Amino acid sequence: MLKASIPAPLDRAVLAKAAALPAGLWVTCPHCHESAYRRRFGAAKVCPNCGYGLRLTAHERIAQLTQSFSAWDQHLPEAASDFPGYAQKRQEAAQASGSDESVLCGQAHIGAHTVALGVMDSHYMMGSLGTVAGERLCRLFERATAAQLPVVVVATSGGARMQEGIHSLMQMAKVSQAVAAHSAAGLVYIVVLSDPTMGGVAASFAMQGDIILAEPHSRVGFAGRRVIEATIHAKLPADFQRAERVQAAGFIDAIVPREALPAKLAALLALHGGH
Amino acid sequence: MTAYQQVLAARAPRPYTTRTLIAGLVQDFQACHGDRVHGDDPAIIGGIGWLNDQPVTVIATTKGETLPERLATHGGCPEPWGYRKALRLMRQAEKFHRPIITLIDTPGAYPGKEAEDNGQAAAIADLLLAASTLATPLVSVLVGEGGSGGALALACGDEVWMSTNSMYAILSPEGFASILFRDVSRAEEAADLMKLTPDDLLAAGVVEKIVPDSGVGFGAALKAALLPTIQRLNATPLPQLLAQRQARFRRF
Repeated sequence: MLKASIPAPLDRAVLAKAAALPAGLWVTCPHCHESAYRRRFGAAKVCPNCGYGLRLTAHERIAQLTQSFSAWDQHLPEAASDFPGYAQKRQEAAQASGSDESVLCGQAHIGAHTVALGVMDSHYMMGSLGTVAGERLCRLFERATAAQLPVVVVATSGGARMQEGIHSLMQMAKVSQAVAAHSAAGLVYIVVLSDPTMGGVAASFAMQGDIILAEPHSRVGFAGRRVIEATIHAKLPADFQRAERVQAAGFIDAIVPREALPAKLAALLALHGGH
Repeated sequence: MTAYQQVLAARAPRPYTTRTLIAGLVQDFQACHGDRVHGDDPAIIGGIGWLNDQPVTVIATTKGETLPERLATHGGCPEPWGYRKALRLMRQAEKFHRPIITLIDTPGAYPGKEAEDNGQAAAIADLLLAASTLATPLVSVLVGEGGSGGALALACGDEVWMSTNSMYAILSPEGFASILFRDVSRAEEAADLMKLTPDDLLAAGVVEKIVPDSGVGFGAALKAALLPTIQRLNATPLPQLLAQRQARFRRF
């Protein structure tokens, strides 16, 4: 009865106007599931309700974090992989992310500080660690060691690059060696964990920083939630592997809202004699 | 033998376990327990013994022998406090310049709630970092399953070997098939693609040596193979040893 008494908004003019609106004006936060106008997420793309930062491409992250960035090692030899369709998958990933790999590395300025910066991109094959990404990261630490620069890595990854098999696994060890050499030279390494940082990336350089920061509500862990639930035959708590819980467990120095990251990094770099 | 048959061979029960392998490898083994922080993971055996006249530290994953042991070790999947026990014993070995032998037979790090809440990722990351600069020889032998970062954590040494009945891969072929094909039943096909057999990995330079698994006598055979290698690594000046180890992983 009530239904019939309310006229459906079928007016052609209204429908035409609605169709003319650009898509994606209304965004639902993947963390708190509240919706807000895209504009309210602001340039930093942070949920106005819960503070969760939407996933950024590496280029967006670099623009937010730095005053300048010049890329290193852009043209490394491609990884060998027989996996069917891998080349096409990488092409699609490059289109989706605007990056040519899951990490961009280079020299950057954060505030007044010159740093060696690595920024991962979850839009490129879920930020997975392949041979080229591993080589870039390894060279990032080697160049930083030679030039006496601090390293900042913004991590986001699903883990190893499955298509590259054991060679992907070896990147964890390779990058760890370079981190160790940088550390032995008395230089500071700061990690920013962003959503998500999982698997082989969390189990190597992302957890090897002198200082480990995280963005609010980022998922950080080794095994995937579904794998664990299937193994233990139990539901996991809602905050499982969230940065706040991981910090409470003792593995994260500070949780830093995205807008505060440049100032936080600058303050920490200054304390380590950043130049 | 197909790649998947190799996987099945790596998982199959055999006449020895890593515990009895240690007994065949070293004399007067003194087990050491606990990570000094959280607890003692039964999935990691660690201790000190004599490799002929050379004291060595041995660290091994174990799947357990009885049903209660298999449950307690989660089928050979270490928890973070197991990896931290391994790290503690590596540091201890470093202090006394005692060579380290790791024996690996694990499907991977345990995917559990407590494991994650206690920093499974950080525990593995710490081992990878420490192994790069550990000032004592470290030789790793994959003697069964070698799965993922959970195996790599104990395989970052100067040399990595495999037994003829072992595999080493980024994850299980079942997991690989389920992620990349969205079809766990295609594990055999996945195994072919993954290049996880000892021969494949020797050709790729991921391991230095394949040791024939002779069943009951494997401990003795492994000991005979390890003796000259440990002797040679022990005689290598430390800066050279560490430079070689770094170069070993740098080439990947």
